[in-house]
Formats: sequence, C-alpha cells, structure tokens
Amino acid sequence: MNDARPIIEAENLSKVYGSLPVLRSLSFTVWRGEFVALLGANGSGKTTLLRLLSGLSKPTTGAIRIGGWEMPREAMAVRAQIGLVAHQPLLYENLTARENLDFYGKLYGIERDERERRIKELLIAAGLRKRRDSLVRSFSRGMKQRLSIARATLHQPDVLLLDEPYSGLDQAAAERLDGMLAATIAEGRTIIMSTHQLERIPPTAGRALALSRGRISFDDAIGSRNMSEIYRFASA
Amino acid sequence: MADKAKSLPGELRIEGPPQPRALRLLTVVTVLGFAATLVLGLGLAGVDIQQGEIQRIFYIHMPSFFGAFTAFGLTVAGGLLYLARKSEKWDRIALAGVEVGLAFSLINLLTGAIWARPIWNTWWTWDPRLTSAAIMCLTYAAYLMLRAGIEDAGRRRAFMSVYGILAFVTVLITLFIIRIVPETIHPMIVGASPQKAQGSFEATSGVVIALIPSLLLWLTLMPITIIWHRVRLEERMEALHRLKMQALSE
Amino acid sequence: MKTPFVKCVAAILSKDLRAEIRARELVSVMALFSLLSVLVFSFALELDRGAREEAVSGVLWVTLIFASLLGFNRSMAQEREQGNLDSMLLAPVSRAAIYVGKLLGNFIFTLIVGLVMLPLMTVLYGLDLLDGWVILTMVVGIFGFASIGTLLATMTVQTRAREALLPIAMLPIVLPFLLTAARATKGILSGAPAAEWQGPLGMLGAICVIYLALCLLLYEYVLEE
Repeated sequence: MNDARPIIEAENLSKVYGSLPVLRSLSFTVWRGEFVALLGANGSGKTTLLRLLSGLSKPTTGAIRIGGWEMPREAMAVRAQIGLVAHQPLLYENLTARENLDFYGKLYGIERDERERRIKELLIAAGLRKRRDSLVRSFSRGMKQRLSIARATLHQPDVLLLDEPYSGLDQAAAERLDGMLAATIAEGRTIIMSTHQLERIPPTAGRALALSRGRISFDDAIGSRNMSEIYRFASA
Repeated sequence: MADKAKSLPGELRIEGPPQPRALRLLTVVTVLGFAATLVLGLGLAGVDIQQGEIQRIFYIHMPSFFGAFTAFGLTVAGGLLYLARKSEKWDRIALAGVEVGLAFSLINLLTGAIWARPIWNTWWTWDPRLTSAAIMCLTYAAYLMLRAGIEDAGRRRAFMSVYGILAFVTVLITLFIIRIVPETIHPMIVGASPQKAQGSFEATSGVVIALIPSLLLWLTLMPITIIWHRVRLEERMEALHRLKMQALSE
Repeated sequence: MKTPFVKCVAAILSKDLRAEIRARELVSVMALFSLLSVLVFSFALELDRGAREEAVSGVLWVTLIFASLLGFNRSMAQEREQGNLDSMLLAPVSRAAIYVGKLLGNFIFTLIVGLVMLPLMTVLYGLDLLDGWVILTMVVGIFGFASIGTLLATMTVQTRAREALLPIAMLPIVLPFLLTAARATKGILSGAPAAEWQGPLGMLGAICVIYLALCLLLYEYVLEE
C-alpha cells in the first residue's frame, strides 16, 4: 500500500491570523496511499492546516509541495489533484444532487460523457441514486455529507482532505462513510482526515498526526502505541 | 503574574526608531512654508476689488483640494504596491493617505462654505461640484468604516487596497464634473469659468503670487509630511497591538 | 490542467440561472422593491406632469441601483452561506472566470427588473420610456454597476457586518454611472437633439469599459486569504 513516494511535503509551515499564530512551523511528509488521521482539540489548527493544504489559504511562512508541485505558486496544478470535504457541505441548496455534481464536474473541466458516467457511479456509491433529482435543501445532514464526498472525489483527486466528516452523523451514516473511505484508500488515493473524536478513527487509518497549539505533538503509526497514549498527546 | 504586572509599565514603552533626519527637515520646511504662504496670502496679495477680504480664503480652499488629491493618489499607489508586493508598509501609506486626504477635503469643504456664505448668500448649495466633493468625502469615510469591519488583517489590507484604488474615481469626478454636468456655479481658476459661475475673480499678478506657492506647498510638502508622520504613528500602534497580544497569550 | 475560461463562466452562469428560475429569490425581491420604490417616489415627490419629465430618469436610476444592491448582496450571500465560494476556489479555474460568471448573472437579473420597470413607469407616469436608446442606456448602465457591485459584494459578504456595508461601499463608487446614465436618459426622454445626450451616453460606455477592466484585474485580490 505504501510505495514510499511522498505526495505531500510540508516544511516549516506557519500561519498567523493578524498577530495570532495558529500554526507554528510544522514539517511533515505524507506518503502516497497513506490514510492519516489528523487529531487535536478544537482550535489546535486542524482546519487551518487542511485549508493550507487545499490551497484555499496561503501559509505565512514555509513551503508546501503536493505531487511535486510548489504551493501556492503552482496552485492551479495542485487544485486538480485535491478534493476537500469541509465543515460546510459546499453544496447549492437550490440545486438537485445531480445538478450540484454536474456544476462541479464542469468547473473541473470533465468532459460531458465522462462527467455523466462519474456522476452516475458516485450517486450510486453515495446511496443517493433515488434522490438524485431532489433539491439538496431537502437532504439530511448525512445525505449532504455523502453528496459532499461525492463532490470532492468527482475529479478523482490523488489527495482527499476531510474536515471532521463524522460530526453530526448517526451510527449507520458513520459506517457508510467508513466504507466510502476504505474504498478510496483501496483505489490508491491518499486521505488526510481531521477529527477530535478518537473513537471515530476508522480502522483503515494507518497513521495518527496530532496537533496541539499549532505544533505537531504526536506523529506515528496507529497500532504501534495504544490509543490512550495517542489520546494523551492529542489532548495535550 | 503579580510581579509581571509590576514590571509592565517599563516594558510597555514602545521604543520606535528615532525620527529620520529627512522627516525632521521636511517638517521644518513645511511649517515654514505654510507660514510663508499665510504671509503671502493674508498680507502681500492685494484685496480683491469685488469680493474684498473673503477672497483670500481661496489661497487655502483650492490648494487643500489638491492636497487631498495627492493624498488620495498616494492611497492608490500604496494599494497597487501592496497588491504587488504584499508588504504592510504600503498599506500603511494607503491608510494614511485616506485619513490625511479626508482631513484636507474637509478643510476644502469648510473653507468653501465660509466663502460661499457672503458671496453666494448660502453656506451650501446642491451644485454638481459641491455634491461630488461631498460624495468624495463620504467615499473615503466609507473606506474607514469598511476597514473597521474586516477582522482578518491580511484580508483587510488586500480589500482596502482594492477599495482605495476604486475610490479614486470620485476624486477624478470632482475634478472633471464640470465637463459632465456643465451647469455649475462654481468658479474655475484654471481655464475659463462656466458661464453661470458666480464669484469668479481675475487671476491678477497679486493672486498668482499668493496662490501658486500655496498650491505647490499643499500639493507636495503638506500631504507628504503629514502622511509620513501618520505612517510612523501606525507603526507604533501596530507594535503596541503586538505587545498586547503577546501579553494576553502568555 | 486549467479549465477553459469560457466553460467556467458558462457553468457558473447556468448554475445561477437554474437556481434563480427555481427559487426566484433575486428577481422577485428586486422587482417588488422597484415597484414600491417607484410608487413611494411618486407620492413623496408629488410628481405632476411637469415635474415628472424632469425627475423620471432620476427615479428610474436610483431605483435600479437600490434594487441591484439587494440582488448583488443576495447573490453573493448564496455563495457564502454554504461555503460555496470556497468550493469554486478549490477548482482549477481562473479567478476572473468566477468574477465574469457572477457578473453576468447579476447583470441579467438586474436587467430583467429594469426591463419590467420601463412599461410600468410608462403607464404610471404617462411618459414613453419604451425607446430603443433608453433600453441601450439601461443595458450599458446596468452592466457598469453590476461590474462594480459584483466585486464589492464579494468583499462585503466576507466582512462582519455583511449586507450592511455594500450600500455604503457601492453608492459613491457607482456615482459616475448614475450621473451619466440619468443624464442620457433625461435627454432622450425630453426629445432633445441627439448631440445633447450622445455625449453622456458615450461617456457611460467608456467608464463601463474602464471599470470592467479594473475589476477584472483586482478581483483575485478580494478572494485571497
């Protein structure tokens, strides 16, 4: 699974909002095909880090390389390789599930036939085939979350970033999400997923990276240590 | 925590760099220059035959508009340079330009009103040029309000650079309004006054002697000197803010 | 790698049109506001026939600008509420394409409202506003303040006060459009010789081009973080 080629390289990454440092000189490497659980208390900088990696925000200092491309200078090239599932669903309430996916497919420049095929596949995978022509405004939180993942994977990105995807999901929805993530990993993609609930780390996650006050407080393979130890670092 | 509080007053004194010699020189020259233009305008220039002493207010009224023009122009330059280079100092210049320009344009409006009372028999009239000058002031007041409403510093600087560039349009309109809406009663000193203009006066040699030095002073030294001081003040305020945040996060 | 400009613009525009046809959130609010505004003006100014000729173009343009403020705010708020602006920024599309896409939507919706107002005001004020030149002035003028409004609304929805700041930011800046458009409209309506209103109309077109170019260049900076 781990073919030892780096996909994300971050060096001395810092982000300061106003005069408030949120991330303080982070350095880490993520390898192709890895599933990294990003842990940390609220306000530890998880969301900020994911925004930096997705190119939505620029680091104050430091460098990011994704798939060999330099960010933010070559952000355009990086964008096509990244999918982000954010806190908010990033969907249009007044459009149907299919229209939403179709719109994003066009933005990523996917050709018509290919787009229709992908949308069909993803709607089935997300269990939304029957609701494909309903407005998103009528969807439950879990359905929006699934559609949001479908949106983020539409262009078959190498890296999938997820920000607290389990929040607000019931048991059945969470298990369904586990399945979708496992399928993504099986396709050889890389996942970085943030969560503040350790019990929600999916079984497929191989590595834990914990942030505390904007610094990396723990970075190791899950399984090499027991969960209570990870928990101690993550909540430090 | 307790002993820290005791030592705070000493720590909190912000030691900025001393005033550069150029700034000190500039300040002296500006103050002396301003005094000289007052002597020229209030003393040496002759009394206007038609308007009497009140006409002397023009030696401040018109130059103050051009001072505002320079200041707002520096805001545009600061904005463009900030967007290109992302260095905070350009944004400070842009902000200082707005504040100084706003002060100058208020001087411009106020002196205009004082002059209009005896000549036009009213403090204010909805003349196109007066209206556009008032709107120019409001635009830059909006700049300050907008600026206060944006919390994230990086976003604030970028947005306000953009707005500072767009806002300059109202300055240009105030300058050229007479071409768009010709029926103004506002006199023009440079070029022919509009037919309906009330309160024009001849640009006699006495007027020229007082007006030109004042114009040059307000166009260059006045705004530049004050903006420089304002930029230094802003640097101190930012340093103070940083110290506060540091003290709070400890 | 980068999605072609025209395709992005078309995608954003068709998305906005589709959502609007379905929900009618923008045009209906703007049209209702315009109708109310026209009525309120005619009561407040006690517009008799003589006064109407003088005031009607002013009423038309002030109403259109206020109505467009509502529309621009709402249109950008739709992008902001669910974080959709972010999702467009995530895609490999040029920032100018996002701007043009949103601008065209705003332009079309405001123009629809303007075109509805013309026959309405013709009936209410007994003045023939359905004139080719008036419509041309309207197309150019609305495009002009939509270009500014789209940029400024993108800025103001990202601030704390949100909706409240757009009028303050936009009204002074769109003044050149108001001045020239109202002047041209007034000239056309009063039956003045073409030479009298072609000047303002030409100037309206010129500032429209200048502003559009300026906004295209500046737009990416109001999206950055």
